[in-house]
Amino acid sequence: MAYLELDRVAKQFGAQTVVDDFSLSVGKGEFISFLGPSGCGKTTTLQMIAGFLDPTRGAIRLEGKDLTAVHPAKRGLGIVFQSYALFPHMTAAENVAFGLEMRNVSRNERTERVRAALAMVGLAGYEDRHPRRMSGGQQQRVALARALVIKPSVLLLDEPLSNLDAKLREEMQIELRQIQRTIGTTTILVTHDQNEAMSLSDRIVVMSQGKIEQIGTPQETYEKPASAFVSQFLGKTNDFAAMIDRTAAAAKLVAGSWSAPAPAGLNGAVTVSVRPERIGFGDAGLTAKIVTRIFQGNHWLFQCESECGPAIVIRQNDGQAQPAEGEAVRLSWRPEDMSVRARAVA
Amino acid sequence: MSMAAEERSARAPWALTAPALMLFVGVLLIPLAMTVMLSFHDWGQYKGIEPVFILKNWHEIATDPYYAEMFWRTFRIAILTTLLTALLGAPEAYILNRMSGRWKSFFLLVILGPLLISVVARTLGWALLFGGNNGLVNKLLMSLGAIRSPIPFMFTETGMVVALAHVMMPFMVLSVWAALQRLDPQIENAAMSLGASPATIIRRIIMPQIMPGVLSGAIIVFSLSASAFATPAIIGGRRLKVAATLAYDEFLNTLNWPLGAAVATLLLVALVLIVVGSNALIERRYAEVFR
Ligand SMILES: Nc1ncnc2c1ncn2[C@@H]1O[C@H](COP(=O)(O)OP(=O)(O)OP(=O)(O)O)[C@@H](O)[C@H]1O
Ligand SMILES: [Mg+2]
Repeated sequence: MAYLELDRVAKQFGAQTVVDDFSLSVGKGEFISFLGPSGCGKTTTLQMIAGFLDPTRGAIRLEGKDLTAVHPAKRGLGIVFQSYALFPHMTAAENVAFGLEMRNVSRNERTERVRAALAMVGLAGYEDRHPRRMSGGQQQRVALARALVIKPSVLLLDEPLSNLDAKLREEMQIELRQIQRTIGTTTILVTHDQNEAMSLSDRIVVMSQGKIEQIGTPQETYEKPASAFVSQFLGKTNDFAAMIDRTAAAAKLVAGSWSAPAPAGLNGAVTVSVRPERIGFGDAGLTAKIVTRIFQGNHWLFQCESECGPAIVIRQNDGQAQPAEGEAVRLSWRPEDMSVRARAVA
Repeated sequence: MSMAAEERSARAPWALTAPALMLFVGVLLIPLAMTVMLSFHDWGQYKGIEPVFILKNWHEIATDPYYAEMFWRTFRIAILTTLLTALLGAPEAYILNRMSGRWKSFFLLVILGPLLISVVARTLGWALLFGGNNGLVNKLLMSLGAIRSPIPFMFTETGMVVALAHVMMPFMVLSVWAALQRLDPQIENAAMSLGASPATIIRRIIMPQIMPGVLSGAIIVFSLSASAFATPAIIGGRRLKVAATLAYDEFLNTLNWPLGAAVATLLLVALVLIVVGSNALIERRYAEVFR
């Protein structure tokens, strides 16, 4: 049964529809990411769950009960803001204790829980520091501890890692995932960083212009993107224009000089999407010429000009000889490594 | 770097600040020093100012209770004015800050607009409304039978505090407004999500954070009110004197310049001590939080 449920939620600001027809059910303990480009309505959706914004249409339910009828102060959700929004005039411990104070938790229990929460995020000993005297990563941890100490039913994170540098961000991702696994809080993370979404979540909600493009596990969304948008947004991809030819005895999928048995259900003009790391150089397949070859340590990146347009190929650096710039090659891939969509012909 | 160049670069800052420095010395420091010196000179009804060094004026100020009462009144009015502007100005700035775009800029203009109007004109407005039997409000209330005699406003300390608070309000609102701009826009939502009620949010989250703004506004309002001249002169006239109007009177009516200079110097010294002292206190108190 769904723990948190969004049922056809929509939000309008004046005439502008910012979130539309947003339906999602989140299981207890699940880690969900909202992933999408800037301005696609991720924050707006999160704020509707938090109660800072009222949905224009639709319902939000927590354990079957209507959440929109509950005042935000009574929802008992833990929220970490992009700017952290720590209370600058309070110490780290006072910041974390605030939510417990509001719940009238006794002083002794409060001290104990604050200490435990700060220790959990790796800030034992920082109790008496003021936020302004802490680094970005430490402030971020205080914000996380403050949200978690009240034992929230759902943890909402609005791009909590976007202000951190790359290395710290990676560390915090691992830590965040571990903490979430340990205490099992249902979590929704807003991000526009696809790596972050992939490495942290059980399921990803890919959004574009206020609408859900796809809901699925990181692997599903990466390998079986439901739309061109998803395949473009999640990592690099090659889109080749292809045709399905059902005139011959055995129906064929043809892209230039590459062909394979046609998949069922489609006909005519289609688009074939293949991830760059799934394309190999071989004796048969799409004819192409290598334009540039870039060495990136553990892999090579090839930019090719193929008969079906530009293509990117990534090959592991396994010590084998690689084709040089200007060399003519043939590109091929296994049928199970591609996704095929119908293509509108202009 | 060669010696000559080094010397030149060491001299450059002095040369560059020289014009401003000369202006500062010429129009502020020299007159100030002369005023202080003047306060030690002698004065007589018939002999005028005598450039000697005596403590007569300072002795008179120190012993005559008239001056003590007058200085005490000056600071009492300044303190009450400061309290009134803080009590009204801080909520005003907060409400203003919560208004939506168009209204916000409109009301900001309404609050700051009076700064463009002369203090004299603004104070005279109060005199027109409450000045004795002919004041507009007094007349109206009396003809309605609501009051029997005019509300005492002119020549009262209350009147002076009200008029001064009105004149000083923009400074307090601006100062608190600046502090509010530094708040994280999500801070109230953060507190709310942790279960805080609106009253708690204001008391525990907003107030402590805008306190430095209120206090710096208070310092501005206090020092401006204690040294204000136009408003006390119009409301208090020569019946209810404060330090500034007293000094003016000694200079221009009695022509006892040395005594006027002593009053002015004492007011200046007292103000500098109070402002510097409270500033240091505030900075110490909030050093941990606001670097
Ligand atoms: N209060 C508001 N009034 C009008 N429009 C708004 C308001 N808040 C957000 N919007 C609009 O709604 C759209 C979605 O905003 P939202 O903040 O949800 O985006 P987001 O996906 O969180 O983007 P980002 O990754 O940049 O944070 C934007 O086009 C924004 O301009
Ligand atoms: Mg956002």
